[in-house]
Amino acid sequence: MQITVNGKAMEAMPGEMLLQALRRGGVRIPTLCAMEGMEPTGACRLCVVEVEGQRGLVPSCACPVRDGMVVQTHSSRAVRARKTIVELLLANHPDDCLYCSRNGDCDLQRLAADLGVRQRRYSGERTQAKRDVSSPSIVREPEKCILCGRCVRTCEEIQGVAAIDFTGRGARTMVAPPFQMGINLSSCVDCGQCILACPTGALAEQSHFKDVFDAIADPRKIVVVQHAPAVSVTLGELFGMRPGADVAGALHAALRRLGFDRVFDTSFAADLTVMEEAHELVERLARGGPLPLFTSCCPAWVDLCEQEWPDLLPHLSTCKSPQQMLGSVVKEHLARVEGVRPEDLFVVAVMPCTAKKFEAGLPERRTGVAPDVDAVLTTRELARIIRMRGLDLRDMEPEDPEDPFGERSSAGKLFGASGGVMEAALRTAHWMITGEDRADRRVREMRSSAAVKEAVVQVGDRELRVAAVSGLAQARRLVEEIRAGRARVDFVEVMACPGGCVNGGGQPIGADREAVKARVRGLQEIDRGEGVHEAHRNASVRRLYDEVFQGGPGCPEAHRLLHTRYAPRQWGMGGVRAREEVGR
Amino acid sequence: MDAVQEVNQRGQEQDGSGTVPDRVGEVLRRFPTRGRDALIPLLQAVQEAEGYLSQDAMTRVARHLSLPPSKVYGVATFYNQFRFQPKGRWHIQVCRGTACHVKGSAALLQALQRALKVEPGQTTRDGMFSLEVVACIGACGLAPVVAVSGECHGGMTPDRVPGLLNAYRRRTP
Amino acid sequence: MNGSLEEWGNGISWGDVRAWLAGTLPAESPKGPRLEGALRELRREDVVRPTIFVGTGTCGLGAGADRTLQAIRALLAERGIDGDVVEVGCIGLCAAEPMVDVQLPGRSRISFGPVLEADVPAVIGAALDGIPPGDRALYQFAAPEGIQSWEGIPRQSEHPFFRSQLRFVLRDCGVIHPESLREALARGTWATYARVIRTRTPAEVCDEVARSGLRGRGGGGFPTGTKWKAALEAPGDQKYLVCNADEGDPGAFMDRAVVEGDPHRLLEGIAIAAYAIGARKAYVYIRAEYPLAVARLHRAIDQARELGVIGHDVLGHGVDLDVMVKQGAGAFVCGEETALLHSIEGRRGMPRPRPPYPATRGLWGRPTVINNVETLANLPMLLQNGAEAFAAVGTSGSKGTKVFALSGKVVRTGLVEVAMGTPLREVVFDIGGGIPGGHSLKAVQIGGPSGGCIPASHMDTPVDYESLKGVGAMMGSGGLVVMDETTCMVDLAKFFMDFIQRESCGKCIPCREGTRRMLEILQRITRSRRNETGTDTLQRFQGVMYLERLGGVIQDTSLCGLGQSAPNPVLSTLRWFREEYEEHIFDRKCRAGVCTELLQYAIDADRCTGCTRCAKACPTGAILGAPRAPHYIVPDKCIGCGTCRVECRIGAVTVA
Repeated sequence: MQITVNGKAMEAMPGEMLLQALRRGGVRIPTLCAMEGMEPTGACRLCVVEVEGQRGLVPSCACPVRDGMVVQTHSSRAVRARKTIVELLLANHPDDCLYCSRNGDCDLQRLAADLGVRQRRYSGERTQAKRDVSSPSIVREPEKCILCGRCVRTCEEIQGVAAIDFTGRGARTMVAPPFQMGINLSSCVDCGQCILACPTGALAEQSHFKDVFDAIADPRKIVVVQHAPAVSVTLGELFGMRPGADVAGALHAALRRLGFDRVFDTSFAADLTVMEEAHELVERLARGGPLPLFTSCCPAWVDLCEQEWPDLLPHLSTCKSPQQMLGSVVKEHLARVEGVRPEDLFVVAVMPCTAKKFEAGLPERRTGVAPDVDAVLTTRELARIIRMRGLDLRDMEPEDPEDPFGERSSAGKLFGASGGVMEAALRTAHWMITGEDRADRRVREMRSSAAVKEAVVQVGDRELRVAAVSGLAQARRLVEEIRAGRARVDFVEVMACPGGCVNGGGQPIGADREAVKARVRGLQEIDRGEGVHEAHRNASVRRLYDEVFQGGPGCPEAHRLLHTRYAPRQWGMGGVRAREEVGR
Repeated sequence: MDAVQEVNQRGQEQDGSGTVPDRVGEVLRRFPTRGRDALIPLLQAVQEAEGYLSQDAMTRVARHLSLPPSKVYGVATFYNQFRFQPKGRWHIQVCRGTACHVKGSAALLQALQRALKVEPGQTTRDGMFSLEVVACIGACGLAPVVAVSGECHGGMTPDRVPGLLNAYRRRTP
Repeated sequence: MNGSLEEWGNGISWGDVRAWLAGTLPAESPKGPRLEGALRELRREDVVRPTIFVGTGTCGLGAGADRTLQAIRALLAERGIDGDVVEVGCIGLCAAEPMVDVQLPGRSRISFGPVLEADVPAVIGAALDGIPPGDRALYQFAAPEGIQSWEGIPRQSEHPFFRSQLRFVLRDCGVIHPESLREALARGTWATYARVIRTRTPAEVCDEVARSGLRGRGGGGFPTGTKWKAALEAPGDQKYLVCNADEGDPGAFMDRAVVEGDPHRLLEGIAIAAYAIGARKAYVYIRAEYPLAVARLHRAIDQARELGVIGHDVLGHGVDLDVMVKQGAGAFVCGEETALLHSIEGRRGMPRPRPPYPATRGLWGRPTVINNVETLANLPMLLQNGAEAFAAVGTSGSKGTKVFALSGKVVRTGLVEVAMGTPLREVVFDIGGGIPGGHSLKAVQIGGPSGGCIPASHMDTPVDYESLKGVGAMMGSGGLVVMDETTCMVDLAKFFMDFIQRESCGKCIPCREGTRRMLEILQRITRSRRNETGTDTLQRFQGVMYLERLGGVIQDTSLCGLGQSAPNPVLSTLRWFREEYEEHIFDRKCRAGVCTELLQYAIDADRCTGCTRCAKACPTGAILGAPRAPHYIVPDKCIGCGTCRVECRIGAVTVA
């Protein structure tokens, strides 16, 4: 199919929308509401173009291509319309770009610059709304909201949570949780996908900057930092590197430069998780249930379970997430080794995730009275801190993390992508059951980019049916299938964010599908490389069991430090969740 | 008491065998079908029964239809018909149709807002009056028109507002 | 039978009526002639008892028809007269509400109005005595053969309000009892539908409607037949018909009058349309603010279901049709097709991009046709008389008639139906009787918030889709507001802009943000210097420029019809009355005296006696002056409330 764009012929595919054809053809059309792979809503009207034979301007996002179509994408009429639309948005926007968390990384700002807005043509009453800082993870600034609806669709269509929706009408329209309550009282699970969707600074993470800086500045504190598996393959993007580039070495160097006293790798704790979870699986298989076993490393998923399916909680692995496991062993074991009180240790976790901020504050995830993890920084926040200190990741000489929690297997690293926890756990479960490693350590089905992945894996004389799902709407579908008895599985990995932690709510903004795939490939490359590939071969892990826990996986001391319990979260009146004040 | 406790408590009062008649529950029983298209009729019926949509009623509607509360709230706030505060003892409707506009309903509305110190959609603190703007009452011949709890007052002017309000205050037992 | 149907008597059952409609009543059956006789009687060409008809539509009730009705009942009881009292819908002459008709045996039916409670003995009493007061009578109905008409009372067809009208849709509105299925049947309702499903295929019906040139009466003017064909040909088992009765324009009440006055005609139209597109389910989306219309519609549906013209296997022809009522919850934007569908589905009424059009993907993703009340109410007569007869009325591009709600500064406000192509002048001056109070016509506003203004100089514009578009207005749903020189065009534009920005769904940026800014510009233009802050003064001057630019972009880029037409009231007044805008901006003058903030009050020093009344009454202390000396108004303090002018006994306060 052929169309003519700005006087040049261009190929188009039947059934696609004009915008897709234009983008493929290298014609840049601005949009604010369009979302990859989803139906157009036609809300922002920025993608309007002139189509010969049509009276008004046509939104290219919702205009199916026709053979022989003649299109002008940048006629003065179209450009003027776009510019006016942006001017209208600015007229109802707080003028505080310089103080905004998205300064320099904001679609609206970029549009205003690209379209050459140099004059405040329209002005008038602005929408007034309070900042919502009620959540431990997410800050909402409705005044900066341009009502593109991307967060609403993400929360509803991708995550199946629908914690927020449009409220009101006309100029009074706002995106808000039900009854204008704080977001922490809604069904929000803190996944932070809405932040990735937001083109402006209306949604951002709850910052832990100050606590981290204060701790570093405090001479009495030993500040410990851990970084999650998915961070090292995405952080580079914020310093101009390609998605998927592993910057672990430079990251360690930068963390030390920032003043962290101990630099550990959360992947070490991921190995610990594998040991405990595989053990739990093996035990349940032997005991005959309860199966299927669901993974529990993703706090947003655990939160959803506690909210929606109290009867499913016995199926949830009792393992803490790697972040909490590491926090727990640091506060107990490292304190003893270093001869300090646990409260003299300040544990910072660098996570690809916003829900981890919420998780860190949960009382039932603590070993003692105080939190095991004191502050959580997202990948984005870390990049900002690095830049604040005048550092550039690209200038760093690679360094190693330190003992005893720096060593990791590549299995632990796989935790960063959907299917990775499953693969890592299967390697160790196989070894626990048969005493041997799997011949091919990869589980091919778990490496696809599909949202729901299923596989049948031979472990000893038993065929294990396993599944991995990412995106909570997909997870909900799978859970309903399982509860209805239509799907029979033994072991299920769930990650709240589509594609896994590499696409977590704390990751660099603006990644498309290809970028997410590249991040996953980055992790898989690490697994392909030299080194230890199984959690049970991680010497530090073995030492921890032998010398500290004085037992194998599942032993009493491991249980005390590495496991947790779940409880149905109380819902006020069917939807309003009563959550204990957590964290900060 | 925080908002959630309050919601829970109110829920128990209405759910349980308290002395408050469970009007919302009765409405829900009238709607056994649970498709999403029942949402607006349900909200209309609840408002009919209770005079307004309370937070607790909306969350119960959400639960009844297995919808997220955000969706129920989003729909309820979209339409003019739904109100979120109890009606006052006297419910004042100001017509803002074209005919009434031409005869000065804007000034009339302003006078009412000033006298009652509420915005349209709100109820005075003492619960005496609630104010609402309606598209058209259908009495264009009498414009501008104000209806107080169904009683029509035509040819209204801003300076007649205090007298009108006082008349209703006096009629309140 | 659960009692929503009346009894026939004379040995006729509803089963016989059903058979008669289905064409299965044996020709030799004595019931045929008996039924014919009963129907003739119901047409009330003659009556056996004095019969009084009271218009009890919403407008009649608002004018006091309920009290008039009580007074009539009391009068009959008091005098011991055995008469019938029939409640009818609205005949459309709102200016004369409450209206009462009296028909005596052997005499033609006379209309009186307005008949307030207190007028009942003098007017109705006299009429019952056979001496109708000629000065209170409006007109009499045409007298069939054998019926004696009244001397000295004009025929309805001679009455100026009706003379130029062509009433197809409104034929029986205000004439029949809307809650009586028997009366509807007597006027031929449901017979066309029965014949159509017996003798025509859906495709033939679509063709006939396409040939007739019928276009949607809801505003857009899309050819109805084309829409139907698309839905008929769209693949899918389940299809829907939706009747849009969510009449949201301020100043429009055509649909309400039809539903209240002749609900069975609408239902028959719905049934025909559903048959034509292959829909087994139809929804009527009606405003909840129309309680009487909703009640009558429900009653009519119950009756039709009992009769068997809707329901399962209609009249034994294998056609299924279920009709449901959905009450709108108040949102103007739900007049837009896709928003309306979202509302029926229980969502926020926000439009979505088209294509896909509802005809292929509508309600719950199924093919759906949405027609408005007037479009559907046209169908029974269209199919009864054929496409050619329908197309014989109107202009080349606009066929048939159009109903308008005529209001504003006009002598006879009301509901009028005229042939397409009738000049506006005829509607305003002949039917509407011109401008009252010695004022002169300034403009008419047509099409409500989506429409535009047409100045007095263009009164020869014919009312049809193209001509109206040509002068910057649009047909809209049919609101027609007449304005004289006491109407300020800037204020009018502000009124509609305020309405639109409140009713915007808030989804697309140009409509949500743009209409709000346009309103603010209009507010600035009409604001007094006293209330100006910051850069307001500069922005006043830029106002007109930005209004046009903003209006153009909103028209060009908005998602739905509401947004695309939102700037029309401003742009059309700007087109025809630019000098009035400029006066507001540069001279700070409102020639109509409507924009009170711009009024300048002054005291004529030559006339002022210094009585101090004005100074004492002034709420802001803006009037200075010693007793018995001329007073002076300090312009910066004056808020333009006009109290001084009211207080002054010698007219020394001037306003300009």
